[in-house]
Amino acid sequence: MTEKKLPLRASLAASVSRTAAALSRATGRGDGSVIGGRLGMMIDPDLLAHLAAGRRIALVSGTNGKTTTTRFTAAAVGVLGDVATNSFGANMPTGHTSALARAGTTPYAVLEVDEHYLAQVLRATTPLVVALLNLSRDQLDRAKEVAMMAQLWRDALADHPGVHVVANADDPMVVYAAAAHAAAGEGRVTWFSAGQRWREDAHVCPACGAHIERDETDEDSWRCATGDLTRPAPQWTVDESAVIDPEGVRHEVKLQLPGKVNVGNAATALAVAHRFGVSPADAAPKLAEVASVAGRYAQVDRDGRNIRLLLAKNPASWLEAFDMAEEQPTLLSINARDPDGFDTSWLFDVDFAPLRGRQVLITGDRAFDLAVRLQVNDVAFTHVKSFDEAVAAVPPGRLEVIANYTAFQDIRAELDRVV
Amino acid sequence: MSSALQIVWIYPDLLSTYGDRGNMLILAHRAKLRGIPAETVEVRSDQALPYGDIYLIGGGEDGPQALAAQRLQADRGLHRAVDRRAVVFAVCAGYQLLGNSFFAKGAKCDGLGLLDLHSDRGPTRAVGELAGDIDPALGLPMLTGFENHGGRTHLGPEVKPLAKVRTGIGNDGATEGAWSGTVIGTYSHGPALSRNPALADLLLRWATGEETLAAADDTWHTRLRSERLGAAGLV
Repeated sequence: MTEKKLPLRASLAASVSRTAAALSRATGRGDGSVIGGRLGMMIDPDLLAHLAAGRRIALVSGTNGKTTTTRFTAAAVGVLGDVATNSFGANMPTGHTSALARAGTTPYAVLEVDEHYLAQVLRATTPLVVALLNLSRDQLDRAKEVAMMAQLWRDALADHPGVHVVANADDPMVVYAAAAHAAAGEGRVTWFSAGQRWREDAHVCPACGAHIERDETDEDSWRCATGDLTRPAPQWTVDESAVIDPEGVRHEVKLQLPGKVNVGNAATALAVAHRFGVSPADAAPKLAEVASVAGRYAQVDRDGRNIRLLLAKNPASWLEAFDMAEEQPTLLSINARDPDGFDTSWLFDVDFAPLRGRQVLITGDRAFDLAVRLQVNDVAFTHVKSFDEAVAAVPPGRLEVIANYTAFQDIRAELDRVV
Repeated sequence: MSSALQIVWIYPDLLSTYGDRGNMLILAHRAKLRGIPAETVEVRSDQALPYGDIYLIGGGEDGPQALAAQRLQADRGLHRAVDRRAVVFAVCAGYQLLGNSFFAKGAKCDGLGLLDLHSDRGPTRAVGELAGDIDPALGLPMLTGFENHGGRTHLGPEVKPLAKVRTGIGNDGATEGAWSGTVIGTYSHGPALSRNPALADLLLRWATGEETLAAADDTWHTRLRSERLGAAGLV
């Protein structure tokens, strides 16, 4: 696809979008993904569809892991050539527009999609593959509740019989979203399994309201008590350090990113890339090159401290962060600004007990909500007023930082916008 | 039967959306601080309701709310508990289902009839900070919380409002929550007791029959309250 094939209006819109994004970056206002896309779409409301036409696109959506999985998938598909991607986490249609406008003529794109926008982006981009990672509680003062979101995804897929779906067999909500698509035709869905640590949003079958039953002997298996929904057999699975493909071949993934959850994200990426014709053996080494994702997992040295940044936005991702963090001094930072959601109730859905015995510091706009939570959880802590105060309060060595979205961005800014 | 205080969380498999576990954890923690032996029990919706001193019901979506009401109606355990003056603390969807009727998925559903009130759908969704002056008869400082619900609740003569609204919507923009005997319902959702430790202590006093409890170090609760009431322009 070249710019010349775009309708004149779309071509102008794409050009304005790129210029605005560049200006935004140059003036230090941000990475420019949102403003660029917004201006472009004002000039041509169908700009995303125009820019997507003729490309082979993968969409990645879910509550958690979508930024990292998008990055892994772009790296894996990158075996074929340049890949357009919204690597700054700008995951709404403005961000997709901006990413494609910036990307030039490459025929490949991997786009992270906010779960609320999946139907809209499916319509605009007619992707080759959609990866559905997981659904759990997140920003409930604003977001659609979990079962409702699963239904929206299911409805969206019904309008796109041709799209291939790569979906998480361990999450009953995701299985419900993809099950009708799978039943409508052979080979429409590829299932993967990466384990599911957070299960509190999947006690009840989204199809019929009966209990989801789990097998004591095989902790991954689950089925609805009435049989409406059962765990599909996954084609792609993981162990501690490898992805196992549908032929049973084990692909060691030497990731720089920590945690078993990222081995699962790697499996998803390899499964999606496989649909683009990339063999897992070729793609796996590419995943090892990813060192950090929009600041997440980044390590920064300051004043003799090695500071590692972990983003945790909701109960499911806090559990994963505790799994990744080493038993070292840990700073927790909580805000409740617009992008975080204004409701901090979820703090009581997280069990902070794994932090007992570590030096724990807390900060952020809503540190007092966290203070009460930790006190009730019998986790000793110290409140600090700033990031600098936290760095000064810990001995030389590793400082693990776990923060929710805007708190994470604040600390990233302190560290000069580490990527 | 154990001599420890029994704190029963009703149907976390159905009604646990907004950190509802917090109320159970806070009550157990504050009992422990006072040397009161306490046990927590989580009862699933396919289990019979056990004996309890304090029962907690949380918030949830329409489908699970309607299902929880049906199961509790069939179980009758909560009705018997209220008859023997056990303590009940219910939030949001759990509060609505204690009334005579409520709306879920567009249909009117029978409530448990344990509080004289009924709920319907409001013109807007109430989302945000909620604060109000608690009924002076309860002797508690101002209520502070976060609400997120589409319902409006209309109180009958047998219950009293828990609070008069200063910020937010609550029942109808004028009153918030309801209480009668040792049963309290509120739209302050999720871990409502984290911002209202005195309310937690009231539930413990009712359950134990103690007139007063030993003072607890509420430094962090107090800072949290000041910050949230300050954000609502109320201090």
